[in-house]
Amino acid sequence: MTKAFFDHISTTPLDPRVFEAMRPYFFDRYGNPSSHIHDQGQAAVRAVDQARAEVAALIGAKAGEIVFTSGATESNNLAVLGAAEGAGAGKRRVVVSDVEHFSVMNALIPLRNAGYEVTVLPVDRNGVVDPDAVRKALRADTALLSVMHANSEIGTIEPVGQIGQIAKEAGVTFHVDATASAGHIPVDVREIPADLVTLSAHNFYGPKGAGALYLREGTKVAPRTFGGFQEMGYRAGTENVPAVVGMGAAAILAGREMGAWAEHLSRLGKTLWDGLAAIPMLHYTGHPSERLPGHVSFWVEHVEGESLLLFLNMKGVMAASGSACSSNLRGHDEEDLVASPVLRAIGVPSDICTGSITFSLGKGNTADEVRLALDALPGIVDRLRAMSPTYLDYQKRQVKGG
Amino acid sequence: MAAGPYSEKVMDHFMNPRNVGEIESADGVGEVGNPACGDMMRLYLKIDEGMVVDAKFRTFGCGAAIASSSMLTEMIKGKTVDEARAITNQHVADALDGLPAVKIHCSVMAEQAVKSALDDYAKKHAG
Ligand code: FES
Repeated sequence: MTKAFFDHISTTPLDPRVFEAMRPYFFDRYGNPSSHIHDQGQAAVRAVDQARAEVAALIGAKAGEIVFTSGATESNNLAVLGAAEGAGAGKRRVVVSDVEHFSVMNALIPLRNAGYEVTVLPVDRNGVVDPDAVRKALRADTALLSVMHANSEIGTIEPVGQIGQIAKEAGVTFHVDATASAGHIPVDVREIPADLVTLSAHNFYGPKGAGALYLREGTKVAPRTFGGFQEMGYRAGTENVPAVVGMGAAAILAGREMGAWAEHLSRLGKTLWDGLAAIPMLHYTGHPSERLPGHVSFWVEHVEGESLLLFLNMKGVMAASGSACSSNLRGHDEEDLVASPVLRAIGVPSDICTGSITFSLGKGNTADEVRLALDALPGIVDRLRAMSPTYLDYQKRQVKGG
Repeated sequence: MAAGPYSEKVMDHFMNPRNVGEIESADGVGEVGNPACGDMMRLYLKIDEGMVVDAKFRTFGCGAAIASSSMLTEMIKGKTVDEARAITNQHVADALDGLPAVKIHCSVMAEQAVKSALDDYAKKHAG
């Protein structure tokens, strides 16, 4: 059976060229960069330094501004908690958008407990943060503003350039979570006045377990891990050298090929988007044009998201509902099963908040795979609607009204 | 076939749900919703001489909700009203070879639907 993976927003397959770059660091070059008196350690130092320069180049930064972490969650935690603490006494407010990832939102819990005041900025129905609202929210005692670059669930790209300008004028540290965007659309810290930027390797064909936080020179961030003096003191612990090398290799590829990928993804994404229009009562989510290439998200009236995804999977089509974290079936109890906070933020009625579907295409997807999805969907929708009491009521209303 | 997060039984009832539909002039109709997720189940019962002789359902919900609905209709058919009322969500979940912890509440919807349908039946046949 043909299988089509359309969940690249959760993770991307490792590019084989990236793996080749990593391979030696599993076997021949196994040194620890902190133990650099000998050749093995030296090789590791050089590898990590080179990767740092490569990741920096992807976003127009200096090598010394890149701190390697274990991934986006750690980067976001370090940015939010580290910047709040680093801002010093008197700055006890944090401002975030309503559609941030859990690793930003949940990092606010300890801050609230410590007495910080948190302001959550609303978004419009396309999921866009209003720069004017940002202007009004920032005050002299604001330690940090955090607004993501692109939303994984609904694909919307936020006006972070404009928002960053406002933060800069207000003298507020600005964090941008670029997990979903970096490597797919240009992220350049010379154009986006961000002080902190989160990056994740496995979201652009690099390995899992590698991420980075960009820290603009002069930004004050307190560490979250304590130990040796790795990563300029921001992140103690032996570097995951093979993964760091992989992140560097992936950054080079993305920098070089992103334009071609985006073109391919946009073309396939348009086919999918247009094809979906044949399904009655289907509603696209996110901004219609300011969105990630190859990202198509929607919900279908009278069709529950998980059921749709299970049937799609049976047909070999793998897509996602909500963010990979909010739809976690391995949660411990009901509390873990939350209606998507992002959909709630953009005003989708709560009873269909579990019904959002996200197709995120990758560079390896083909037109045939998109066809497979488009061929499978109408039948599944019909089948689930035929089972749905709400659809039955809808039909009866139609007949009566008819 | 790998069943993903669900047991084979759940997937079987999800893919081939038994007793989907409506009963015209049902003796009891129950409808329950799950405010946590917005899912909804409607259950129709045909009751003859204190016995559930037919049961049909429509459900808007996740895989666990549909499988629980389907399993429930199989379990209550042929049972007395009292026996049907005694069915709990745990019975339904067990009959499905278990549900993921986060999905237990979906089987609660099935339990509540029978109770609601039987209440409706009792009301209609009061006195
Ligand atoms: S998630 Fe709503 S009933 Fe299962």
